[in-house]
Parts: sequence; C-alpha cells; structure tokens
Amino acid sequence: MSTHTPAPPGLFKGFAAVIRRDVLLAWKRPGDVLNPLFFFAMVSTLFPLAVGPSTEQLQLSGPGVVWVAALLATLLSLNSLFLSDFEDGSLDQLLLSPQPLPLMALGKAIAHWLITGLPLVLVSPLIAVTFQMDSAAISVMMATLAFGTVSLSLLGSVGAALTVGLHRGTALLSLLILPLSMPILIFGARTVALAASGDAVAAGVYFLAAYCMLALTLAPFATAAALRISNE
Amino acid sequence: MWKWFHKLASPPHFYALSAKMIPWFFVPGIVLIAYGSWTGLFVAPADYQQGDAFRIIYVHVPAAYLSMMAYMIMAISAGIGLIWRIKLSHAVAAAAAPLGAWFTFLALMTGSIWGRPMWGTWWEWGDPRLTSELIMLFLYFGYMALRAAIDDTGKADKASAVLALVGAVNIPIIHFSVEWWSSLHQGATIVREGGPAMPPEMLIPLLANIFGFTLVFGALLLGRVRTEVLFRERRKRWVRDVVLPAGAEA
Repeated sequence: MSTHTPAPPGLFKGFAAVIRRDVLLAWKRPGDVLNPLFFFAMVSTLFPLAVGPSTEQLQLSGPGVVWVAALLATLLSLNSLFLSDFEDGSLDQLLLSPQPLPLMALGKAIAHWLITGLPLVLVSPLIAVTFQMDSAAISVMMATLAFGTVSLSLLGSVGAALTVGLHRGTALLSLLILPLSMPILIFGARTVALAASGDAVAAGVYFLAAYCMLALTLAPFATAAALRISNE
Repeated sequence: MWKWFHKLASPPHFYALSAKMIPWFFVPGIVLIAYGSWTGLFVAPADYQQGDAFRIIYVHVPAAYLSMMAYMIMAISAGIGLIWRIKLSHAVAAAAAPLGAWFTFLALMTGSIWGRPMWGTWWEWGDPRLTSELIMLFLYFGYMALRAAIDDTGKADKASAVLALVGAVNIPIIHFSVEWWSSLHQGATIVREGGPAMPPEMLIPLLANIFGFTLVFGALLLGRVRTEVLFRERRKRWVRDVVLPAGAEA
C-alpha cells in the first residue's frame, strides 16, 4: 500500500460490503436464486412419482426426500460461489484487500446462504405439506434446514474455494463435499423423522446447531487458505 | 534432533535410507502375518457363537485399523507439509492415500463377507462401522480426485492438504453421527462381536496380524514414497545418478 491511498474501510464495513454486493448481484439476476429452488421442488417431485402416492409411504420417506433434495440443491449452487468472481478478477481484489481473508470468506458464505439457503428454508413447508407432514414436524424441519443450510454453505465454500478455476469443477466439488456433509444429512433427516413420529427432537437440533457453530468458526479459515492456494 | 529431522526430509538422503529400512519392515511383517494367520486359522479355537466364521477377523480388523491409520498418516503429513513446507511429507501424503483406500476397500469387503453368514445379508445399513467405513472410502476418493484434477504438483499438494485436514476434523463427527443414526433403528439381526473378552489364544494371533499388517503397510508406504520422490525429483541430478548406471549418458 502506498502512502497516498485513503485508509481502507473498517473490518465490519468490508464484511458488510461483500455480503451486500453478492445479494445485490443475485437480486439483479433472479435466475441464480430461483434455479436451485426449482431444482429442490423438482427433485422432491421425483420421489412420489418413483415410489408411488400412498400416504403412508410418503410420510415415511418425506423427511429424507426433503433433506436430500435440499442438500443437492445447495450443492448445485455452490459451484458458482467463487466462479464469476474468479472469471472477472474480483476474486483477486478480494485476495489483495486489506481486510483479513477469512472474514471475507465468511461474508461470501453468509451471502450464499442468504441467496440459496434462506429461500430454501422458506419454500420447504410447501414441499413438506405434499408429503403429508404435520405442522410440528414442519417447524422442526425448518429449524434443522436453517442450521443445516448454513453449515452446508460454509462447508461448501471450502470445496468451492479448492475447486475454483478447475475444469470438471462441479462433479469434483460434489465428490469432495458429499462425504463431509453426511453428518448434516443424518442429523437433519433423522430429526425430522423423529418429529414426524412424535419423538423427542432436542438432541438432533442441538447437534446441528453445534455443527453450525463449529463450521462458522473453522470453515472461513480453511476457505481462505484454499483461496490463496487456488489463486497462486 | 532437528538436524536429523532435516536430513531425513532431504529426498536423496531419504531415498538411500528407505532402501535400507524397507526389509526391516517387510520381513518381520511377513513373519508375523504368517504366524498370526496360521495360528488364527488352524490353531485358535472356534468361536462359541460364530463357529469358524469368526476367523475372518484376522484379516478384517487389521485392514479396518489400517484404513484409519492411513488417513491419520495422510492428514498429519499433509499438515506438516502445509505448515513447514516440507516437500517429502507431501509425497508421503500422496503415497498414503491409495494405500488407505485399498485397506478401506479390503475392510469393507471382508466385513461384507463376514456379514453374509452372521447377519444373513451382504450389507447391513444398521451397522455403524460398515457405514462409516464406506464414508471413509468416499473421503479417500475425494482426496485422490482433487489431487488428480490439479496439474501442478505443488498446488495439488497444498489443496489436497487442506482437504485432508478438513476431513480429519470431520471424521470423528461422521463416526459419531453414524453411531447415533444406527442406534435409532436397532437392527435385531446384528450380532455384536466382542461381548465377553477374547481369550488369549484368539487374541494373540490377532495382535500378531495387526502388527504384521502395520509393518507391511510401512514397507509398502516407504516403497510408494520412494517412487513418488523419484518422479517428483526427476529433473534433479541425484535422480539421474541413481537411475542411470555409472558412466551412462542421459
């Protein structure tokens, strides 16, 4: 930094700017937000068509189906997390910025959640109703999806940072992130299934909340390290 | 102590030293496996519940143990390589991954074969250890796929090291979550091994095989690291000296 440049914006200002920019970009291109949602709805539709319309079966498979669909939809959107920034050079600016890179990476992940995770949580009751879930199970499902999609955005940001700029990035990203995301899927889907059968759900929800906190604290550092390595 | 460490990390020195070390791992390892397998298969008494079918334990448990051991070696050496920028330790991580994947596959396969007479099925989703071994195999696949996708060796080393470390943080969580998940639907068919403590005539061959497998694994790992080092340093003079006979022109 040469001496005549103005003082860089503060930590929080830079962090907020990253989030604001990504959300604004998504707002201008609504397709980016809508595509994962349509994908989510369509994957959920595949299952009743494949296994048959009996109420009993739908109630049994509903929690798992909604969770698998949410996981795949999030995964689908992760590829673009750093891709456009990488292509137009704004990722280089992010790497050069005076703000700590882990904070910027956290901002990117949070923006990704606001764009894909949050709409997904809000749309999920519509899907759940078609699977004959009751309102108690639906509220538990929304809670687990909220914690789970935040964790997925953070975990996925590590994978997206590792694969940015690689050919065959999408398939590779799924291969890297899917095994790591299995605890989220297990606790998410099983907790909703427990809620649907009227059992206690606290353990699963607490676990997902704890996983979410762990991801919030650790993942940005791994993402930052991965971004530096991919952009050497 | 540090001087010794730095000397070990130099590829030519490692290459020379490992050639002498491999027989010290390989020969005792083979002897232990021969003893353990013979005693385990023919001398040890049959299990009071499982009969002779339990004897697959003498392959299954060492393989399962090494599948995790290999991941630890991989993650720790990847971390060392990332932090202290020691190239040799990246080579160790790269060499450990396919070995680990093979032992994971071996553990899965023997577990499945064991499951057939015991549970009446080749695959039992209710058993947490089978499921977490399967996820382990996927983790190895992801690691190797990332390595294969990046052309530049230095970059592949660092990127896959980050992945190995993220995986290492996640493995305990995966194991715990799979345990929790399978405890929800108690499979009535599952026969838990262990139960009453193993008598020594069964345990000693098992320990012999575990140590034997570990030693042979060490020998295989050293061998793989040697070829990895040769490949990575292929433009260096010392490799030319090692590979070409004295006096030959390159």
